[in-house]
Amino acid sequence: MGDTNKETIDSIEAPIYLKYNFTAGLAPARFLSHLKKGILTGQRCPKCDNVYVPPRGSCPACGVATETEVVLGNKATVQSFTIVSIPIPGNPIEPPFIVANLVPDGANTSFIHLMSECVNEEVRIGQRVTAVWKPEEEWGFAMDNIRYFKPLDEPDIPVELIGHLSVNGEEG
Amino acid sequence: MGELAAVVGIGQTKYASRRGDVSIAGLVREAAGNALEDADLGFKDIDAVVIGKAPDMFEGVVMPEIYLTDALGANGKPMLRVHTAGSVGGSTALVAASHVQSGTFRRVLTVTFEKQSESNAMWALSSPQPFSVHLNAGAGGYFAPIIREYIRRSNAPSDIGIMVAVKDRLHGARNPLSHLNLPNISHQEVEDSMMLWDPIRFLEACPSSDGACAMIIANEELVSESPKPPAWILGGAMRSEPTIYAGRDEVNPRAGRDCAKEVYAQAGISNPRRQFDCAEVYVPFSWYEPMWLENLGFADQGEGWRLTLDGATSLDEGGDIPWNCSGGVLSSNPIGASGMIRFAEAARQVRGDADQHQVENAQLALGHAYGGGAQFFSMWVVGARKP
Repeated sequence: MGDTNKETIDSIEAPIYLKYNFTAGLAPARFLSHLKKGILTGQRCPKCDNVYVPPRGSCPACGVATETEVVLGNKATVQSFTIVSIPIPGNPIEPPFIVANLVPDGANTSFIHLMSECVNEEVRIGQRVTAVWKPEEEWGFAMDNIRYFKPLDEPDIPVELIGHLSVNGEEG
Repeated sequence: MGELAAVVGIGQTKYASRRGDVSIAGLVREAAGNALEDADLGFKDIDAVVIGKAPDMFEGVVMPEIYLTDALGANGKPMLRVHTAGSVGGSTALVAASHVQSGTFRRVLTVTFEKQSESNAMWALSSPQPFSVHLNAGAGGYFAPIIREYIRRSNAPSDIGIMVAVKDRLHGARNPLSHLNLPNISHQEVEDSMMLWDPIRFLEACPSSDGACAMIIANEELVSESPKPPAWILGGAMRSEPTIYAGRDEVNPRAGRDCAKEVYAQAGISNPRRQFDCAEVYVPFSWYEPMWLENLGFADQGEGWRLTLDGATSLDEGGDIPWNCSGGVLSSNPIGASGMIRFAEAARQVRGDADQHQVENAQLALGHAYGGGAQFFSMWVVGARKP
């Protein structure tokens, strides 16, 4: 025994690789099938009438299934956002980039997505944006068929109306 | 609430970015051993063990409670694992308390931990799903837009977050267990630190820590068997809400308000700012201090930042309601344990056992934890006086 000069090993690197299949379920499967055709859809709660996007199959507030499909437009409003200055592991996007919480017209919930073709310092809550889709041949069953959202030349939406626009961008 | 219960022992590890000197088992054993020593007890005196941590994916050890039974002296004893994301440290303490309050057990050991140096939290929290773009830039990326909305609503001065970051690190410099020890931190230094997720700067975010926290909770009859003053549990509550639902107020979540209301009702609190002597509140990003000051009823809507600005939450400035005297999550963040550290530090205050960060004559303290997308809440009220 006894080479006391040896370096003590107190840990080793043992990376874990996790491969998994994603089972969409009924509601997200309908959502993803529409995305494959270049259509963004939400689902309406039969009780409170709110439209969820992406739909996960139920309205958590009412505890009921969302069964009615609603076709949403390409336009959305910035609910809030952050300017990210550090890279996302495994993602080629170069910082700084904008991750925004966006509410598409006709929906009552937001999702996160990238904003681009914009001046980062000029992005603001209430700003109007539109989806920029990938070329059709690249569409899969995935939300990143939309490459990013870019600013629209439209007046900002008052904060109290964010999340309350109809599918044609009007109040109500 | 059933039978009376009190904290009779508290044990923590030293928090650090890497505790290479111990395994996970060694880490929890250290905290448990310190708690038993504090309570002048041994493993033989423990009836059951309640353990908690953040998701198993962090360290990649599935159901670690099974592997940790030996280290925690739990062979042949009832053991329960609790999991409520970042609030788990708080809810684990509440589950342990309920084991005693229900009369089922007389004395329970509860332990929480995280070994972030052996884990990859960012990876564990952001497995890609096709209905969402894969942009999860960690917890900071998630909470930054919510903070931005708080700043818009409240019209708070832009440097309130910086003030919290300085204040909690000055508190942390009083606590020898603290991961960060920054006694000379300045407003300018925080302001100049890198903007990670605008408006969150590097020094406005919590560190990644290794560490564990443990408590011994005993029933009324056994309290006197431990030598130090007990911290009586006067109320405990948990509430949760979905991450997403139409109309959800992410800045001021209803589950947090409801949880505070319930725990205050149990403990007879009608004016938290006046009645509490101090609070340990889960603030992983600086701006969550003013946000939770409002959510927990210490300030009116849109006014929480004024307490920070006035120094009301600062021990160093002699504030009337010091928050996070231990340094808080901004000074040490072993995620799974962070909530229990809040609960334990609240208990240390009312036991008069908080050394350099003691609030003079503290009688009543709040412990708070939150987790997930600010959707899981757990809180307790502890007091020096037996109810």
